[in-house]
Amino acid sequence: MSAKGRPEREYRSAQREGAPVRSSADTSPPLAVKIEGLRKSFGTLEVLKGISLEAHEGDVISILGSSGSGKSTLLRCINMLETPSAGEVSIYGETIRLVPSRDGMRPVSMRQVDAVRSRIGMVFQSFNLWSHMTVLENVIEAPIHVQRRPRAECIAEGEALLEKVGIAEKRNHYPAHLSGGQQQRAAIARALAQRPRLMLFDEPTSALDPELVGEVLRVMRVLATEGRTMLVVTHEMGFAREVSNKVVFLHQGVIEEQGSPDQVFDQSRSERLKQFLSA
Amino acid sequence: MDFRFLLDTLLMLLPGVPLTLQLALSSLALGGLFALPLALMRMSSIAPLNWVARSYVFAFRSTPLLVQIFLIYYGLGQFREVRASLLWPILREPYWCAVIALTLNTAAYSSEIIRGGILAVPFGQIEAARAVGMNRLMALRRIIVPQAYRQALPAYGNELILMIKATSLASIITIMEVTGIAAKLISETFRAVEVFIVAGAVYLVINFVVTRLVEFAEHRLTPHLRSAPISAALRERA
Repeated sequence: MSAKGRPEREYRSAQREGAPVRSSADTSPPLAVKIEGLRKSFGTLEVLKGISLEAHEGDVISILGSSGSGKSTLLRCINMLETPSAGEVSIYGETIRLVPSRDGMRPVSMRQVDAVRSRIGMVFQSFNLWSHMTVLENVIEAPIHVQRRPRAECIAEGEALLEKVGIAEKRNHYPAHLSGGQQQRAAIARALAQRPRLMLFDEPTSALDPELVGEVLRVMRVLATEGRTMLVVTHEMGFAREVSNKVVFLHQGVIEEQGSPDQVFDQSRSERLKQFLSA
Repeated sequence: MDFRFLLDTLLMLLPGVPLTLQLALSSLALGGLFALPLALMRMSSIAPLNWVARSYVFAFRSTPLLVQIFLIYYGLGQFREVRASLLWPILREPYWCAVIALTLNTAAYSSEIIRGGILAVPFGQIEAARAVGMNRLMALRRIIVPQAYRQALPAYGNELILMIKATSLASIITIMEVTGIAAKLISETFRAVEVFIVAGAVYLVINFVVTRLVEFAEHRLTPHLRSAPISAALRERA
């Protein structure tokens, strides 16, 4: 892959199996995520102050921002790990129904939320592999028990995914016996096993020793080239620049700037962003 | 020391062991059944549930088991309604009164042990479960409870031992388990020290076995907390 990656979406959409190749400039791939007017407060602290964002199928969007800018909260609002205080989130056209509650809003139907979550892969900063299960058990847990797919099929697919992320030989190990990089790759395999239509990465390399960051980013690059839809909260500027086709810069709960990596990194208009990038 | 007498005493006490074990096991099983719902109620944000569980645990942990046994055995029979009820054939029996008291008591303690185990499950583990689409019940069943039980096991081992010893209090309401027989022997022979030494030794042996069983269970249930198997480590190096 070139240093610039492939900034255009067409390339990846064409690669996607069965996906329609974009023929003209005005037919874009389906909308994977649509966020409108999203606000989130914790008590009196307003973390997100009205965010609107769209991600199309095949997009790899990096979300940047200094700590406290609300980028993790934004990501967690997409699968309702945080319930927005106001605004709307739609996943592949399905709007998550929210009603006002005592402190903001709450989902109308947890069943709907669970169904939406089951097709979103989430990778956490601290891996969060289930500690009482082996790596393979972690990977097949959701496919078997949430998606109710046949066990044999899940095991075969799980083993293939572990092969893909390069830790097939660790499948019978417990998470505590793996390095951070291996744990995070196992967590990525667990997310992939859900056959997700969308993947969320919440600072996936921030808890890793520097020498282990590379192995995780390599796996994420492969996923990006496969045309997977990814939203990545990250501090890895190299990854954001080379792998994503869109970069969003969050500052104090609002989107301060967004655009292609070239626009954001080389022609940034906002002073905040210039400061952030030069830091 | 009169070893002949000690041996005779032991042979007299051993027939009480099955009853001791039966009292302990049945009340532990029943109490364990109540403990999980009780722990969940205690952690519930629904005020009445929380309040009921809190009061129950408070009452049964804060009064002596002996008093509870007396209240159930002597106290309930005072009420005509109880004597007229369908439950009277059970509540009339000293054995069932002891089982009920022990059950209610261990349920209170065990629920707190389980609650501690559940609270010790890291939030990230639960969040990961919710993120893959598990509902509350499935997350509880597949992730939270298995981890909570593993974490609660050492404390629960304590409870098992305490309960086996607590069955001795049942002797006070005429039940002839190990301590009951021992008390009878003393009243016949007036050799309290020797009889109680043997009785103590019987409990010691029972609890030795129990502690080993708990250790074994702990070992089996927590492979993830031990260091990686040596064989696996060697295989990777090769």
